[in-house]
Amino acid sequence: MSVTSQVEPLTKIKSKRMMKLLASGKRLDGRGLLDYREIKIENGVVEKAEGSALVSMGNTKVLVGVKIETGQPYPDLPNQGALTVNAEFVPLAYKYFEPGPPDENSIELARLVDRGIRESKTIDMEKLVIIPGKEVYVVFVDVYILDHDGNLVDAAGLAAVSAILNAKLPVYRVKENGEVIKMDEYVPLPVQNCPIPVTMVKIDDKILVDPTLDEENMASAKLTITLTKNGEICAMQKSGLGAFTLDEIVEAQKIARKKSSEIREKFFREWC
Amino acid sequence: MTEIKKLIDENGLRVDGRKLDEIRPIKIEIGLLANADGSAYIEQGRNKIIVAVYGPREAQPKHIGLHDRAAIRCRYHMAPFSTDERKSPAPSRREIEISKVIREALEPAIFSEYYPRSMIDIFIEVLQSDGGSRCAAITASSLALADAGIPLKDLVVACAVGKIDGKLAVDLSDVEDKLGEADMPIAYIPALRKISLIQMDGIFTEEEFFKALNMAKDACMKIYKIQKEALKQKYLQTEKE
Repeated sequence: MSVTSQVEPLTKIKSKRMMKLLASGKRLDGRGLLDYREIKIENGVVEKAEGSALVSMGNTKVLVGVKIETGQPYPDLPNQGALTVNAEFVPLAYKYFEPGPPDENSIELARLVDRGIRESKTIDMEKLVIIPGKEVYVVFVDVYILDHDGNLVDAAGLAAVSAILNAKLPVYRVKENGEVIKMDEYVPLPVQNCPIPVTMVKIDDKILVDPTLDEENMASAKLTITLTKNGEICAMQKSGLGAFTLDEIVEAQKIARKKSSEIREKFFREWC
Repeated sequence: MTEIKKLIDENGLRVDGRKLDEIRPIKIEIGLLANADGSAYIEQGRNKIIVAVYGPREAQPKHIGLHDRAAIRCRYHMAPFSTDERKSPAPSRREIEISKVIREALEPAIFSEYYPRSMIDIFIEVLQSDGGSRCAAITASSLALADAGIPLKDLVVACAVGKIDGKLAVDLSDVEDKLGEADMPIAYIPALRKISLIQMDGIFTEEEFFKALNMAKDACMKIYKIQKEALKQKYLQTEKE
């Protein structure tokens, strides 16, 4: 069951300062409203994973590992590989993360990252078939939150895309008796898109990109828009207790469009 | 496997004979449950959804209580027999996400600050599912809240716009959702002129997105009329009794 959650209130002095700065278009850490924090992406940090990436966005740190195994296809998509995205909010990342099965926030994040990758057809699923209808590749994307200072969705989305773009696909051979054996050989994972999520929050009628945890706690609502390399929208999600006007959503879409192509240009040049 | 059929025929009509901007028939009943403080039932296409509201009542367990507002609890649940193939009654990841987005779609319309340390429960049971069940559930939930006498800024109404055979269409049915290229559910609070839920999957160009946003709003306003009328009827009836 979903319950209104407690937000950690900011100290009065901090929230006052934040609001004062916001009125003049500035933020606590000196950024403008539409600036991202410094983003760093490191690929291949976990050698045993077929693909991996560690993304830091200011103090937020997210690690994504991609494992590729074989298994049965989904019954309604017999000639496609399978993709599953899961997110772990591990307790070491934040004082309020508790061990246990994924809660609604981690499920929402995983499903949002999943939609971005799936709907943009980032992985060419039709090339991931070993025996049609029987044996296909299964791509597991596991999002691991290591340090939480807001905007987990963008950090996780970037890390997932980066890990997928750099993933290698183990080669399998089908023997005459139908047995599937793994070869000691890899080819690049067939990829064809590069979706970038952009998350914005609304604080007092102002739209800010890449919110810190403090800003998320002050915000009335949050909106993520994911765009493909061709500038199409492929995923969207509003969350939080507040709401947006139609104009704000139109404005947010324009901001997301600009920001996503800036990030793509900086980190994924070959996908521009 | 069956042939993938066309979703729009040569006359521009959809599989169920609707026009692109036409919503499915809606039937609403309010206050049908005896025990709940408020309840509503909605049929929209083949969706059959029942919603009960309990509260405001004492927060239970106590730790979920908030000092400055009521805690809203929301559960969207599909009956095992509501789908083509039996659905396990255990909550799926989809249902957990939908419970959250429905709660967040309703919260901006509720005067929660009137009831600190209490909770308001919204229980949604999908008895039969069709496309757009989250939207129908939101439409019905706000009526159940109103029926429970919980002060609202306005009703919340929801409708999806999607893309089928390359064209934008409102209020997708399940075949259209499955075979279509995009789906964007929206919840709207008319009095506040605010959108309290927006989700999207599939592919929209910028132009399609703007158009879809307006189509969704127009469809929401059509449903809002039906929704308000149903509420009025219910209270006229009460007055007569």
